[in-house]
Amino acid sequence: MQPPFTVSLEARDIACERGGRLLFEGLNFALEPGEALLVSGPNGAGKTSLLRQLAGLLPLEAGQLSAPGAEAGTPVAELCHYVGHLNAVKSAFTVRENLAFWADFAGDGTIDAALAAFRLDALAEISAGLLSAGQRRKLALSRLFAAPRPIWLLDEPSVSLDTASVKRLDAAIRDHLKAGGIAIVSTHVPLKTKFAHELTLGLERAA
Amino acid sequence: MSAALALLVRDVKLAWREGGAIGVALGFYLVVVAITPFGLGPDLNLLARVAPGMLWVALLLAALLSADRIFHNDYEDGTLDVLTTGPLPLPVLAAVKSLAHWITTGVPLALLAPVLGLLLNLPLDAMPLLVLAMLAGTPAVSFIAAIGASLTLGLRRSGLLLALLVLPLYVPVLIFGVSTASAAMVGPGSPWPPFLMLCALSLASIVLAPLAAAAALRTALR
Repeated sequence: MQPPFTVSLEARDIACERGGRLLFEGLNFALEPGEALLVSGPNGAGKTSLLRQLAGLLPLEAGQLSAPGAEAGTPVAELCHYVGHLNAVKSAFTVRENLAFWADFAGDGTIDAALAAFRLDALAEISAGLLSAGQRRKLALSRLFAAPRPIWLLDEPSVSLDTASVKRLDAAIRDHLKAGGIAIVSTHVPLKTKFAHELTLGLERAA
Repeated sequence: MSAALALLVRDVKLAWREGGAIGVALGFYLVVVAITPFGLGPDLNLLARVAPGMLWVALLLAALLSADRIFHNDYEDGTLDVLTTGPLPLPVLAAVKSLAHWITTGVPLALLAPVLGLLLNLPLDAMPLLVLAMLAGTPAVSFIAAIGASLTLGLRRSGLLLALLVLPLYVPVLIFGVSTASAAMVGPGSPWPPFLMLCALSLASIVLAPLAAAAALRTALR
């Protein structure tokens, strides 16, 4: 069992612009260890853009992000696990090799927990190119366990998962929160996880 | 295992596993060099004189064939997103991936060159220096190719544009690479000054190209 996370996440006044169009501005939220944020809103409201900003993939148009409690000088992006629409799964590798790379790259190299998290152990030696869409998704989500990081950014994590796997995902998020982690989830599927905060984007345009 | 080493091993393994990269580059190299005598005629002296230049030009083209793989596959399946949130700064990431390209493309091409030299009547005593010059010059080829690969990321049919962007940048490598081999064959003068220039070009590209590639990657990921 790893020591509990102690990192919080604070966003002040952040704004996002895509292709000359302002998606949102003046966005504020603060998450303590163990809290989750649900990001919702209609298609095109900027949910993915927000998560990509938090992961450091998109620049902040305005405002700032900080992670009190983290080691000084660590960029927020390095505290985050980002699971986006694309699964980042290499078809030429087996399931085990896919996870082993992420564990070597960002973690301590152990993958047993990651294989067990979504019951992929039975598929470990199978080429990832043979996996179904749902299994690929599970492999992408297993990355969360290949290297412990305090902040999870999940963009529509339940896409193409079966009911049992959605439950497992739900439980995984709850365990992560219990360990002091932070989860920011954008989803249209109701999860049992208790979200301490909710953020709805794109309200002004819908109105 | 450190993150950089893990990435290097993965890239080399992928290039091997996914096929296409090494085999196609070597095959292309072989074919281009093999058809040259048909175009120039069977004049052995002429072939020997153009051999270093032909081998270098064909090597550059063959290396460019696989250059868009440096970043393209990882960009398409979302791996690049995840890699950038990893522990490596973006320039280091670009450098490691360029190094993997050199190992899987530059080194095999350089080692194949003497065999193809036989087809062009390249004198045997010029071969060691030709291979040495190619091993010293191909890092520049891979690292500069990474700039083009990152600039054309996300474009359709990016391979052609990449060649257009990058080939002019290879002129210095080509000049010093060919003059090393020519000096070894016919003189005058020592082959070492152009060889050292080649080394300098490679060292400069290893330092500078990843910075340029990283800047282009930042834009591509937006």
